[in-house]
Amino acid sequence: MAVPVSSPAHPDIAPIVAITGLDKTYASGRQALKRIDLEIRRGEIFALLGPNGAGKTTLINIVCGIVRPSAGTVLADGHDVIRDYRAARAKIGLVPQELSTDAFETVWATLRFSRGLFGKAPDPAHLERVLRELSLWDRKDAKILTLSGGMKRRVLIAKALAHEPTILFLDEPTAGVDVELRHDMWQMVRRLRDSGVTIILTTHYIEEAEEMADRVGVIRSGELILVEDKATLMRKLGRKQLTLSLRTPLPRVPDALAGYPLELSTDGATLVYTFDARSGQGDLAALLRRLAEHGIDFHDLHTQESSLEDIFVSLVRAGA
Amino acid sequence: MSGPLLNLPAIRAIYRFEMARTFRTLAESILSPVLTTSLYFIVFGAAIGSRMGEVGGVGYGAFIIPGLVMLSLLNESISNAAFGIFMPKWSGTIYELLSAPVSFVEIVLGYVGAAATKSVLLGVLILATARVFVPYEIAHPVWMVCFLALTSVTFSLFGFIIGLWADDFQKLQIVPLMVITPLTFLGGAFYSINMLPPPWQTITLFNPVVYLVSAFRWSFYGIADVNVVVSAGMTLAFLALCLGVVWWIFRSGYRLRT
Ligand SMILES: Nc1ncnc2c1ncn2[C@@H]1O[C@H](COP(=O)(O)OP(=O)(O)OP(=O)(O)O)[C@@H](O)[C@H]1O
Ligand SMILES: [Mg+2]
Repeated sequence: MAVPVSSPAHPDIAPIVAITGLDKTYASGRQALKRIDLEIRRGEIFALLGPNGAGKTTLINIVCGIVRPSAGTVLADGHDVIRDYRAARAKIGLVPQELSTDAFETVWATLRFSRGLFGKAPDPAHLERVLRELSLWDRKDAKILTLSGGMKRRVLIAKALAHEPTILFLDEPTAGVDVELRHDMWQMVRRLRDSGVTIILTTHYIEEAEEMADRVGVIRSGELILVEDKATLMRKLGRKQLTLSLRTPLPRVPDALAGYPLELSTDGATLVYTFDARSGQGDLAALLRRLAEHGIDFHDLHTQESSLEDIFVSLVRAGA
Repeated sequence: MSGPLLNLPAIRAIYRFEMARTFRTLAESILSPVLTTSLYFIVFGAAIGSRMGEVGGVGYGAFIIPGLVMLSLLNESISNAAFGIFMPKWSGTIYELLSAPVSFVEIVLGYVGAAATKSVLLGVLILATARVFVPYEIAHPVWMVCFLALTSVTFSLFGFIIGLWADDFQKLQIVPLMVITPLTFLGGAFYSINMLPPPWQTITLFNPVVYLVSAFRWSFYGIADVNVVVSAGMTLAFLALCLGVVWWIFRSGYRLRT
């Protein structure tokens, strides 16, 4: 099978979220979204990346019913989020970017409230599962104001899961969460995905998208500039670097090798060759042969792939 | 289209949440109005009232009871309901309400229902407190309860609108302070409008509180400044107006959805 293991979603199944021609201009006159078309596949983890103010939160808030679109339509599991908002919203869970919680409520009470608000009959067993999953069970009777920031973030996640949504939006879920907990959260998100929940997350930690996402979307100044399978993206746009530690330092790159994008370190001891990953390895072998021809010897070499972060930075810079 | 027409669990959730808030702040929400009313009775009922004649055949102490109940009811209904919906807006937790499968009907029933319940409880509590100071009879108990409930609902709804409109704490307090307090004090809680000079009797009729107090007093003693049917009609009209405003607010997204 050619289907990559990291992408359980099949594109031919109807999208779980379908966004068409979405525009948003705030009352202030600020255009936050420009004709966004986006389809989220059933069961995938989709990472939405973009610099501050790009429109990520605006996009999420429109799907969730908090912000009104200026134009365009959004379908959540086939239900129009405006005309058929009850059915649409019942399927969606949202963890907002801001840490907004009721200070004086207990964790348990706030979860019960969330579940009720979304029209579900009480189910203490489900709430207990959610709290245990998020390591909050022993704090269930604590007032929220006595919790740390990271715990409050998890309370918000628990609230979003209280009504068993099939689509989960996580707007910067790991902001202010320590490293260990972040890894726990990634685990939890994967388990949710495995249980059939579609997850759309925004993050400023590119490693998070790299680690988790099946697909990545990049939004810049309200425009969706790229949507791609993460693996394809890394393959297509990723660059590789070959680093050679030279046996004898060179004063400068020999003229005969001027055709290659080579960089010499200031001490002349390392030579770095940057190349497109997709251009294949033939180039590399040729280079090594040329080096040998010119008597340039090395005692070590390693290659390095650029991370999603590098890709992201170059994408966002490109249009700035 | 799909799903039930009304999200009953949501109404229950909001109602419970609001009632829990009330009981968490029992001292401010119940005890302080009771204390304030007791002070009114001591000052106006016992100290001053003993030197005043009867009004419309009722002793002054008993005469002011319905007015005092209305005074507290109005203030508490408004501030309670306003605070109830203002807080989530202010703290940001409103996101959950806006993203939930609820319409304004559930939100209003939950918040206004809880605020009105609290007001009715408060009214009963004040009446019980009053009994300690002044003996009184209730001529039309069923109507009394109806007016109590109607006023609580109407002004909770009015407070809810203020809470939606207010975007800071100052605005939250300005309407109760600048509009409601003067209107209640000039609304005939402490006097019969027949005691006023004729031009003022007419001007007073523009004060909606006059109708509330008058109708409520009628249910106690059978005496009224204004025909009780007119009073009930005016209250219902105000209720309908508030409902219309709330409906418009949610439809237009005013101050809720950007
Ligand atoms: N309520 C609002 N009224 C007016 N403008 C707004 C409002 N909310 C957001 N904006 C503007 O819309 C643009 C997009 O904001 P948005 O919050 O969607 O960005 P974001 O991608 O989520 O950014 P961040 O990474 O900082 O969270 C910004 O320019 C912002 O200033
Ligand atoms: Mg944001």
